[in-house]
Amino acid sequence: MSEVVLETRGLLKRFGGITPTNDVSITVEKGARRALIGPNGAGKTTLINLLTGVLEPTAGTIWLDGADITQLAPHQRVRRGVVRTFQINQLFNALTPLQSLALSVSAQLGIGGQWWKRLGTDPRVAPRCDTLLRQFRLDDVADQQVQHLAYGKRRLLEIATALACEPRVLLLDEPVAGVPEGEREEIFDIINALPAEVSVLLIEHDMDLVFNFASSVTVLVNGAVFAEGSVEAVSNDPRVKAVYLGESLDKSEHG
Amino acid sequence: MSAAEDGLKRAARWRWWEGALLLALLLSWALLPSHALLLNEIAILALFAVSLDLILGYAGIVSLGHAAFFGFGAYTAALFAKLVMPDPWVGMLAAIGLTAALGAVCSLLILRGTDLTRLMVTLGVASILYELANKLDWLTGGADGLQGVVMGPLLTPFGRFEFDLYGRTAYAYTLFVLIVCLFIGRTLVHSPFGYSLQALRDNRLRTASIGLSVNARLVAVYTVAAAMAGAAGALLAQTSGFASLDVFDFHRSAEVLLVLVIGGTGYLYGGIFGAVVFKLLHDLISAWTPQYWNFWLGIFLVVLVLVGREKLIRPRTWFKRS
Repeated sequence: MSEVVLETRGLLKRFGGITPTNDVSITVEKGARRALIGPNGAGKTTLINLLTGVLEPTAGTIWLDGADITQLAPHQRVRRGVVRTFQINQLFNALTPLQSLALSVSAQLGIGGQWWKRLGTDPRVAPRCDTLLRQFRLDDVADQQVQHLAYGKRRLLEIATALACEPRVLLLDEPVAGVPEGEREEIFDIINALPAEVSVLLIEHDMDLVFNFASSVTVLVNGAVFAEGSVEAVSNDPRVKAVYLGESLDKSEHG
Repeated sequence: MSAAEDGLKRAARWRWWEGALLLALLLSWALLPSHALLLNEIAILALFAVSLDLILGYAGIVSLGHAAFFGFGAYTAALFAKLVMPDPWVGMLAAIGLTAALGAVCSLLILRGTDLTRLMVTLGVASILYELANKLDWLTGGADGLQGVVMGPLLTPFGRFEFDLYGRTAYAYTLFVLIVCLFIGRTLVHSPFGYSLQALRDNRLRTASIGLSVNARLVAVYTVAAAMAGAAGALLAQTSGFASLDVFDFHRSAEVLLVLVIGGTGYLYGGIFGAVVFKLLHDLISAWTPQYWNFWLGIFLVVLVLVGREKLIRPRTWFKRS
């Protein structure tokens, strides 16, 4: 058993009468490739929001490298390496992809508050931006305003922005949502090429992608952990098949 | 040079029109000595508008009470000259420092809430300061204004200059402060900090998600903008030797917003172009029809907004089908 990087203990979130996260205790090991699956409304995105500090838990704690980070603000968690992508693109519309990435890289280098030097003065910024732009094939649109980019490009920038933050724990909330079939593989190729010590927690509906990518799976149902284990164990679990895989075979569910 | 390095450098490169604008500012002092008083007013309004642009255009914070800082700077500078010492430079630094402190405190009020609450809160702060200046008449002179401010001469490497009636010294002094603030503003908006302001204007959630503190940035930019507005107010008080309740008045906050509407936000120079157009319009129209100048200004604003600034400044596009 390798060392635990991220851990939740009895995490609970209540919105009035609804409990989207109900006593969730999970551990994510260093270098894990974990998928988080569950039917719509199972509380997957809520869990990500709790982990990143966008939402405050009603009860329970979150631990990173053995330190309690439950009270830390979202930006402080990012500085410690917990980085996410969003299901719906969250981008800086008036900036260019190059500027967005340069800002993210600067933030990661701890010079995001520098006001007396031009963005990109630090020699570490531009090469990193070049690499990311090339990796995500954004180099041809690097100087166009984000708001004028096509959806596919913005989706790539969404992921690239997260990677610019040099995550140690990367939380991917449906990274290929709305991405055409052919380009999904490319995004996953880049994610797969992340250093082995980076832990990845993936929310995804496409079971083929989950099975190709993940080594372990957590199934959430009604906000609680329903099943957990290796891909083989979970995919063969008859209960999981009943509540989730069974449903996803139904064509009416997310394609 | 890599593409990224080149692209980042290009964004911060000096444009030809920026140089032309600076040259025009300097030439206006040399070539239009008889208009120095009007030019001085324009430059003060321009600096005030540039300070609002930092929070409105870059960080996306709406304010209906930016005159709070303008007025506070004006009263501080006037009181400093009257009670402490008449040197304009020291008075300017004191006004900037104290207004920055006020801005830092007030920034805590605009961190939360929506645009609507921010409009109300900023309006409220300006009203409070207005009433304070009105009621503390033993200090501020109340509704009569602060009388008896005598400014000392301007000490420069080129010699001592008295503030004269024609505003030559005043305009040179104002221009110097304006240009220094422009340089600071320009450095700031091209820095990582400056880009992070645009980032949080566009998407606060994502700004926090790349590891940047939104609140720290809002406090910082509000403080800087307040300091610049305070400098503008101090310039007014120092060059006119007078501070009155009018500096806190709502019409000042509204006027500076109009200036930015005319000049455009988010590229730093909108306040300068806007102030020039606004003041010249004011001057021209009120010379022609003193009573109805607001009517014509209103028509101009309606046309500007309906037609769009881009189209209005490019006459050759007027008759083209879009």
